[in-house]
Amino acid sequence: MLNRRRSAVGAAYAAPTALIVTLFFLIPLGLVAWMSVNHWPLLGHAKPNFPHNYTGMADNTLFRQAIGFTLKYTVVITIVLFCVAFALALMVQNPRPGVGALRTAFFLPTAVGLATASLLFLGMLSSQIGPVNPLLRNLGLITRPITGSPTTALSSSVGLVTWRFAGFNMLILLTGLQAIPTELYEAARVDGASRAQSFRRITLPLLRPTIALVLIMMITGSLLAFDQFYIMTKGGPDNSTTSVVMVIVREAFTKFNLGSAAAISVAVLGVLIVLNVVQLAVLRRRSP
Amino acid sequence: VNRRYRAVSAGGYYVTAGALAILFLYPLVWSGWASVHQSGAWSLGNYRNLFTYRDGIGTYLANSVVVTGLTVAGTLLVSLLGGYAFGRFSFPGKNVLFLATLAILMVPYPTILIPLYVFLGDLHLQNSLVGLAAVLVMFQLPFATFMMRNAFEAVPQELEDSAMVDGCGTWGALFRVLVHAVRPAVVTVGLFAFLAAWNEFFAALILLNSSDKFTLPVAVVAMEGHSFGSIDYPTMQAGVVFMAIPCLVLFLVLQRSYVRGFMSGALKG
Repeated sequence: MLNRRRSAVGAAYAAPTALIVTLFFLIPLGLVAWMSVNHWPLLGHAKPNFPHNYTGMADNTLFRQAIGFTLKYTVVITIVLFCVAFALALMVQNPRPGVGALRTAFFLPTAVGLATASLLFLGMLSSQIGPVNPLLRNLGLITRPITGSPTTALSSSVGLVTWRFAGFNMLILLTGLQAIPTELYEAARVDGASRAQSFRRITLPLLRPTIALVLIMMITGSLLAFDQFYIMTKGGPDNSTTSVVMVIVREAFTKFNLGSAAAISVAVLGVLIVLNVVQLAVLRRRSP
Repeated sequence: VNRRYRAVSAGGYYVTAGALAILFLYPLVWSGWASVHQSGAWSLGNYRNLFTYRDGIGTYLANSVVVTGLTVAGTLLVSLLGGYAFGRFSFPGKNVLFLATLAILMVPYPTILIPLYVFLGDLHLQNSLVGLAAVLVMFQLPFATFMMRNAFEAVPQELEDSAMVDGCGTWGALFRVLVHAVRPAVVTVGLFAFLAAWNEFFAALILLNSSDKFTLPVAVVAMEGHSFGSIDYPTMQAGVVFMAIPCLVLFLVLQRSYVRGFMSGALKG
């Protein structure tokens, strides 16, 4: 009897969580599936039209272009960001004077929102007040201001995202590095292993779960990139930096076709679930 | 020779690391510098421009404060009660609800925001700061609930028992005794909720339609399309400073709480 009462009390404490999760997560999740099989204009009545919204994706040239760009961006940013974050983590791994200040310096951009950081970089890269153009011109690297070409649009986003997220990922890798027992390194040194050998034989294998976590977060985040392109390039020039999520927003609020936006959203969700399952499976198989 | 090698190597380390640190700090410093200059001369005009931009920065600041305050308060209340329930009680449906809460992490923002745009209309919460805050609470719940559950699980049973013996019900035990034991988690969850809500752009862009409801990030980004063709970059940097300062200050003060949240979230999650 007492147990049943305690169980009811527990359920009551969980009720607000259940309410929020149901109202703002589960119902919308069901609704997006339902919207995706309907002609659903921004204003007006919805009508079932399955499979039109899904087949329409194949004919949507902007969407196809956006997939290509998003994949390219994901590959580039994941490689660059991972290498920078890993290098920083190795750099601040060992305690020495001043290392706390270094960690804070690398980590500080994390506090700034991505939208705020995008506006900051928009200013830095502007030919009116930004220091980047004069610097590159003085170094003889450019002759015209670096706005307007697809390549520079991509590389400026990569620079921005690396600056904003390197410290964040550095910290995760750092916690992983510090969880490796120091005795292992000492034993390896006694056995005459070089630094490179202990890095390859001890650090990398033991860090694998952390590396996997960081990569999953980077890949997921990049596939869903929106703020930096919306703010820095508006998806241009000529839609060359339009990401998949930007296409969803455009379908919904420029073309007023919420059904088509919902269908793309469901497809993106499907891809991410498959991706996560595959990554977790690979991770589980490899770890001892 | 060995000592000299070590000195050179330490010197190389500090030169490299120092240069990198400057590179990471430079954009923040530059933005602050640019925000107080007009045509190369020192001026506070950019900040004055902020006050006359559209509805005035005060409106957007007030909107941001409302959304952030509601999000932090809502996240803390819901996750405190939820963490207590998940950490110290057993009830039917407990595991299903916990997994459903964590599943929020798996679902991309647009997948949930497109239907929310429609559904908040049905709830009469369209273009509403309260509606936006409720959505942001939902996005915070996986991390917040996870943190709080772990914190409550770590509280010794005797502490709760002694509170009960003193005549507290579970509610009294929670708010008079246990809340102090889980205070580090409360600070971490509050900090994460603050940073997320204050900086949120995408959800605010989609769920708020009229400019009098805009939060700071949406309002400052809207400067891009405000005056045709030419962006007032210096005023925009004043906006950047305006948005960044509270985060940077809070972050520097509470850095430890942030890192702790990270380690429990990253390593166990």
